[in-house]
Amino acid sequence: MTVPVRDLTLAGRLNRAWYRPLRVLSRGTVTVILTVLGLLVATFVLASLAPIDPALQLVGDHASNSAYLHMRQVLALDRPWPVQFERYVMRLAHGDLGTSSSTGQPVIDDLKRVFPATLELATLAMTISAVFGVALGLLSAWRPGGALDAVSRVVSLLGNSIPVFWLGLLSLFVFYAHLRWVGGPGRLDDAFEYTLDMRSNLVLLDTWRSHVPGAFANAVAHLILPVLVLAASALGSVTRLTRAVLLEERGREYVTLARAKGAGEARILLRHILPNTIGTLLTVIALSYTGLLEGAVLTETVFAWPGLGRYLTTALFAGDTPAVLGGTLLIGLCFVLVNGLTDVLVRALDPRIR
Amino acid sequence: MSYFPDLTVAPRRYAYARRWLRSPGASCGALILLLTLAITLAAPWVAPYDPLLQDIGQRLQAPSGVHWLGTDGLGRDILSRLIYGARPTLGLVGLVVVLTVPIGLTVGILAGYYGGWIERGLMAFTDMVMAFPRLVLALAFSAVMGPGLINGALALVLTGWPAYARLSRAETLKMRRSDYLAAAQMQGIIGVRLLFGHVLPACLPSMQIRLALDLASIVLAAAGLGFLGLGVRPPTAEWGTMIAEGSKVIFDQWWVAASPGAAVLIISFAFNLLADGLRDLSDPHHA
Repeated sequence: MTVPVRDLTLAGRLNRAWYRPLRVLSRGTVTVILTVLGLLVATFVLASLAPIDPALQLVGDHASNSAYLHMRQVLALDRPWPVQFERYVMRLAHGDLGTSSSTGQPVIDDLKRVFPATLELATLAMTISAVFGVALGLLSAWRPGGALDAVSRVVSLLGNSIPVFWLGLLSLFVFYAHLRWVGGPGRLDDAFEYTLDMRSNLVLLDTWRSHVPGAFANAVAHLILPVLVLAASALGSVTRLTRAVLLEERGREYVTLARAKGAGEARILLRHILPNTIGTLLTVIALSYTGLLEGAVLTETVFAWPGLGRYLTTALFAGDTPAVLGGTLLIGLCFVLVNGLTDVLVRALDPRIR
Repeated sequence: MSYFPDLTVAPRRYAYARRWLRSPGASCGALILLLTLAITLAAPWVAPYDPLLQDIGQRLQAPSGVHWLGTDGLGRDILSRLIYGARPTLGLVGLVVVLTVPIGLTVGILAGYYGGWIERGLMAFTDMVMAFPRLVLALAFSAVMGPGLINGALALVLTGWPAYARLSRAETLKMRRSDYLAAAQMQGIIGVRLLFGHVLPACLPSMQIRLALDLASIVLAAAGLGFLGLGVRPPTAEWGTMIAEGSKVIFDQWWVAASPGAAVLIISFAFNLLADGLRDLSDPHHA
């Protein structure tokens, strides 16, 4: 057996002390930077592929040829594309995403206004799907092949196959139109909608702060259906992945040891396997969160929820390219951010890395 | 002539079919899909009405003996539109598969076989695309390039290939130093022929599960694009578009939106069943 030789040079000590974590961190950072760059290239290419000529759009159809050419020069459309790309990135760096042609506002202001609504919806849905998904996964890994396993398997298969917008429509029909259990489309009834001060644009927070009687209850009644429908769309994959992760961990030797020492199946699952898989489960949930942000686009359209998704789809129909690309970029950045944060969290929580 | 009794083992008949039958999920899924395919191909003979025939006098009829699934806002027979509507969906699914898998395979095999900077570059690119928001980019792409079947498929392909690249790279890495490849190389098989004649076939089995899973989400994404008005142009029947038309009358005539959504659910469920069953077959420990 060879004893590892400790490198006692300065470089060696530095390597052990901070170089290694730094390297791990920098590798993550490189991926993040690359992804952001890739997103920028993608939206830039899409913007230049758009059949709408931005110069013509600004000067109008009846402008003289010289005015049109001048506008092209101002927008640097006559320059080679690397220069255009650089200008595009610089503009974005200053928070300038262009002006939405459908609302007439700067896209960045629009996004700031609509994004909290989506964030609220997606975060609540993630919480619900994480809690129920992990619970179902645990139940199903408790006795693989048993009745509970079969139930959770069907649930996860169905959850993965159901078109979320259709589920939304049908549940609106049943629970709103027929049973009158919940509020309809929109975030509040009309009586509240135009009287409340929606400062943060998080409907729960704003109605709570307003102290208007009934407003908060109304917000909950409107919120519950879209949140549940959105959560259902993620429930399937969370359950399936949780089960797979838990079952894989079950085959490890330390589980056999715990069983040999007489630990019960439930104890093994909750005290031995769960802590060791928490990192992977976090990744699963983070993945589902990015999926929910995307799913919100369709859900918001069905429930007339004034968030990023509905903003995007309205912009789509208006041919409003800056708004569409701005929204796409924002969702892309959320993806990058969530993925990066998960990496950090996984490192912080995994007992083997800590 | 021989002293020994015949010891050769007769190959089991229908070995392939038997293998499938061991997983009820996989065979159910495959059956549903085959049935759908058959109905789709035979649409002109199966569908009771012309899917484009409008009859305003008969608009928004409830399901009955005449119109089994009722009629839509223009008096068109929903069952016929449902049957014809499988065509764009399956067409898009086929198109996506034909384009996605070869791209992913090529990238993955090149990266896995050559290693070094080629691998690092290709995999960094793969990771980058993998972190893109798939549906939203597809939306933006269709919005900019104009709605339609081909553009929808292209949009899904652009972000769909990285999973296959990763899988095929992993498979290639496993066999890079294998005797099997060394033997092939000693026979003078190199370059493209080695990669695509000998490495590629070994990558295919692990890909079918992923493919079946992916197809389920592609069906959903296609319906989503159709629902948002980015699918096939009307009046062609397409499930997502039909749900969007039904959503206008959801509170009074729920069946207009219900049946196309159920069709999407069934097809997507069949692909998921197939994937689930295939996984069990390939990996019995996990069942």
